Amino acid sequence: MALSELLNNLQNSIDFYAIVFYILAALVVGAGLITILSRKLMHSAVALLFAFFGVAGLYALLAADFIAVTQIMVYIGGILTLIIFGVMLTSKINNVKMTALSIDSTTTAIGAIISVICGVGLSVLYIFTDWNEKPIDTLPVTTLQDIGNLLFTNYLIGFIAAAILLLVAFIGAALIARRKN
Amino acid sequence: MEIGLTHFLVVSAILFAFGIFAVLTRKNAILVLMGLELILNSANINFIAFSRFCASYGNINIEGHVATIFVIVLAAAEVAVALAIFLNIYQNFKHVEVEEIKDLKE
Repeated sequence: MALSELLNNLQNSIDFYAIVFYILAALVVGAGLITILSRKLMHSAVALLFAFFGVAGLYALLAADFIAVTQIMVYIGGILTLIIFGVMLTSKINNVKMTALSIDSTTTAIGAIISVICGVGLSVLYIFTDWNEKPIDTLPVTTLQDIGNLLFTNYLIGFIAAAILLLVAFIGAALIARRKN
Repeated sequence: MEIGLTHFLVVSAILFAFGIFAVLTRKNAILVLMGLELILNSANINFIAFSRFCASYGNINIEGHVATIFVIVLAAAEVAVALAIFLNIYQNFKHVEVEEIKDLKE
C-alpha cells in the first residue's frame, strides 16, 4: 500500500494520527533531552540515533516519503556512523568518564536560560502567527517524481553545486584526517 | 484537537532549543557537533511541515523537500570535515575540549 493511501486513511481516523504524532514527538523530545544531558558521549550518540528515527517518522507523517528514507539513510547510516567513529577515535579508553560535561555551572545556567528563551519564544511565535494554511484534498501517491522534476529543472545549478561541494568536502576531509609522519 | 502545522513547528522549536543548549554549554567538540545536527533537523522539520500544510494549487509544495535535501547534503559535508579537524586536534592536543583549544598550532 502506498504511503499516501495509508496517510489518507490515517487522516480519516484523526485520533490514530494524533496518537502516532504524540508518540513520535515524545520520542524525539526524550531522545534529544538524553542527547544533550547524558554524561557519557556514547550514550549521547545512541540517543541521537533515536532522535533521528523519530524525525524520520515525523517526515513520514507529513507525507514526505523520500525525505524520510533519505533521513534514515544519510543521517543514521552516514552521519551518525561518522559521529560514533569520532567518539571512539577521540576518547581515551581508560578515561572512564569520557567527559562530556559542561564547562561550569554558570555557563550551564546562562546556556539554559538562552535556550529556554529561544524555545519558548519560537513556540509562541509559531502558535500565534497566522500561517495562511491551505489544506490538501488528496495527498500525492509519491513525492519522488516531483522532487526529481524540480531538481533537474529549476534547481539544476544547486544540484550540481551540491555534488561538487560533497566531492570537495570529502576529498578535503580525507586530506585533513591523514596521519602525518 | 486536530494535529496541524503548529504541532510540528513546536516540536521543531523544542529540538532547536536543545541544539542551542548543547552548542552553548557542552565542553566536548563532538557534543557540539551533535547539537548542530539537532538544529539542522529542526530546520528540516519546519521545511517539510510548511510544504505539507501550505499547499500550492492544492498540492504539496515540493520546494520545501528540495530545500531539505540541500540541507542534508550540507550536514553530511560539514560532519565529514569537522570530524577530520577534530581527529587532527586530538592528535596534537590529546583532547577535543573546545574551551582549551586556543592555538591553531602547537
